[in-house]
Amino acid sequence: MKENNYVTTQQKDFLHSLWDFFCSLKLTMFLLISLAVISIIGTVIPQGTPPEEYLASISLAKIKLYKALGFFDMYHSWWFILLLYLLTVNLVACSFKRLPHIWKIITEPVKVLSGALEQSLSNVATIRSSDDPAVLKEKVAAFLKADFAEPEVVEADGAWHLFAQKAPWCRLSVYFVHLSVIIIFIGALIGSLFGYKGFVNILEGESVSKIESRSGKQLDLGFALRLEKFSVAHYASGAPKEFKSILTVLENGKPVPDYTNARVIVNDPLTYKGITFYQSSYGNAGNYFFTVSDLDGKNPVSLTVEGKASVNLPDGSSMHVLEATRDVSEFAKDLSGPAAQVELHTPDGKAESFVVYANHPELNLQHAKEHGKGPVLHYKGAEERMYTGLQVAKDPGVEIVWLGCLLMVVGIYIAFFMSHRRIWVRIQHGAVTVGGNASKNQGAFQQSFEGLVARLTTDLTKEKQP
Amino acid sequence: MTSSLLFNITTFAYLISMLLFFVFLAGRAKVLGTAAIAVAYGGLLAQTVAIGLRWKESYDMGVGHAPLSNLYESVVFFSWTIVLIYALLDIKYKYRVIGAFVMPFALLGMAWAQLGLNTGIEPLVPALQSNWLLYHVITCFLGYAAFAVACGISIMYLIKANHDESDHKSGEAGIMGMFPPIKVLDDLNYRAIMVGFPLLTLGIITGAAWANYAWGTYWSWDPKETWSLIVWFVYAAFLHARITKGWVGRRAAWLSIVGFAATIFCYLGVNLFLSGLHSYGGGK
Repeated sequence: MKENNYVTTQQKDFLHSLWDFFCSLKLTMFLLISLAVISIIGTVIPQGTPPEEYLASISLAKIKLYKALGFFDMYHSWWFILLLYLLTVNLVACSFKRLPHIWKIITEPVKVLSGALEQSLSNVATIRSSDDPAVLKEKVAAFLKADFAEPEVVEADGAWHLFAQKAPWCRLSVYFVHLSVIIIFIGALIGSLFGYKGFVNILEGESVSKIESRSGKQLDLGFALRLEKFSVAHYASGAPKEFKSILTVLENGKPVPDYTNARVIVNDPLTYKGITFYQSSYGNAGNYFFTVSDLDGKNPVSLTVEGKASVNLPDGSSMHVLEATRDVSEFAKDLSGPAAQVELHTPDGKAESFVVYANHPELNLQHAKEHGKGPVLHYKGAEERMYTGLQVAKDPGVEIVWLGCLLMVVGIYIAFFMSHRRIWVRIQHGAVTVGGNASKNQGAFQQSFEGLVARLTTDLTKEKQP
Repeated sequence: MTSSLLFNITTFAYLISMLLFFVFLAGRAKVLGTAAIAVAYGGLLAQTVAIGLRWKESYDMGVGHAPLSNLYESVVFFSWTIVLIYALLDIKYKYRVIGAFVMPFALLGMAWAQLGLNTGIEPLVPALQSNWLLYHVITCFLGYAAFAVACGISIMYLIKANHDESDHKSGEAGIMGMFPPIKVLDDLNYRAIMVGFPLLTLGIITGAAWANYAWGTYWSWDPKETWSLIVWFVYAAFLHARITKGWVGRRAAWLSIVGFAATIFCYLGVNLFLSGLHSYGGGK
């Protein structure tokens, strides 16, 4: 038995110190500062799939180390999530520890202005009056009701005590801020469990009913989406002004009336059945046309390149189009007409990228000569067939996150700018003693307390004159 | 009258105001303090008109948008909010001398903007064509400005606290006599952050709301987002420090300075050194 008792006390001690550990503000400080410092890592090291150039710039050992530590996806690594969980446990524990005391102040206020309470208050004033205590009590009660808040009256130790308070609930605001953090976490969790982020490309005139999620899974939308038209508008300076997709939602192949020819631009997405489509990228998937000939211009062959596909040239090399423009003068002032940037892979495994022009055959020939025996490429233009790239998102947790944010803002505002104010009055031996206390902003309360006492003094003394 | 001329006048006014504050600090003549704050108010007025005028000029050019769209405009706005927050603090608490530690921030911003940045009005790129731009930028920068003022006050706190310790109040007659007592500085630091923290919170939330509206994710751990959260963590720590033993006074002042350093990195460092979604802020 003794042994058992010993173990239980030890366990109790352990649980006690564990509880104290989670309730401590030192832990809060440690977690907040650690989170701040650790978060820097992910802003310096690229997250997700790091670009090749970055990986090439650091040593292999570093890459291995970073991978092992989860630095390439650090905000989802177990140790970062653990810190967030610890913070959550910490703020829940802190709230539970302090809430009962605060709750008592709100629900069971001390209504009697005892000597000890009077000592503890920094705002106290006494008004002398020879009126009958019962009459004084009524007068003070009426005054408080009109000037501050309706008082509660109790009789104790042969004295009348009045107690009035304003905004006691604002003491709870801090706990609402803490609660809001948890609500935001819950919203984020719901989003990550039941929502997804994805991407889809749609060609003009075509429709899709499946999208690819970020994790590479094929997801069925449950409806289809057709791209009617895509267009780009430019400012006079050439800077892009607007990327616009005209989309139609199809249910069982039929257009949905309110979602026919819907316009989607950057900053103005389309939402249907909880799934939202955002304008993200675009491109041309139409055919590009070239002619290929020998250096002396003999044996010309027409060549069609489908979108991003690769084609074989007569000499066994292969090429694909990287980018094309209708007017090359945007990039090179002295030149004009259409041009295409292509990548050529020769049979001996060499790759080079260069520009092929429509209006400048001499440049095409010059390039071919510089690189040996040919072939010579000439660009003939492209047929335009635009595709739009849409970001797709479904997040059923987002409303909960906004609820948490709203609660946080309101909570912080109340916590900083509102205060629980209390006034006590004791009427005894011809003296009216007034005491006051505020949970915050003592300076402002002192001023309003002095004003209240001054008004009460005139109120109590003016009746005496007749 | 063009906005450009008015911005130059503003810069000059902030320079004069700062110098007057320095002389006021050394000479202790009350009239100098009044002159310094009057010039600062004059500059603030000129800058307010200038910002309004630049807004109108953008409409005259046919690319109308609020002047908050590139690094130049944001630095100018930041400087405006710093003086605005300082003016509010001065009206409420009347510790004029704080201006000597706040006006340099405002001057630095204006001088850099006018001398080192591209001042041209440019059309809005598609990503910024949203009303959220206004809400997001205004809340963020008002918050940043409150942190700038808090940082100035914290520097005063540390100077005063060091002085009090070494000199045992014998220097009341010197420059230190002009400084408010450290208790007051500590309180003002807290009050400035009390204004800044809710604004930063709103700034982060409006940013998240905008990101969700425009891209479908309210949070993507983009460097700018992450740094704003880092700043938020530091000031959350500051606020909790005030109810923790051993963290009041000096350490709180240091937290406030570190917080502002993080704020500046969040605002400028991220654009200059890191890559991400807020790259439009990068100046040419």
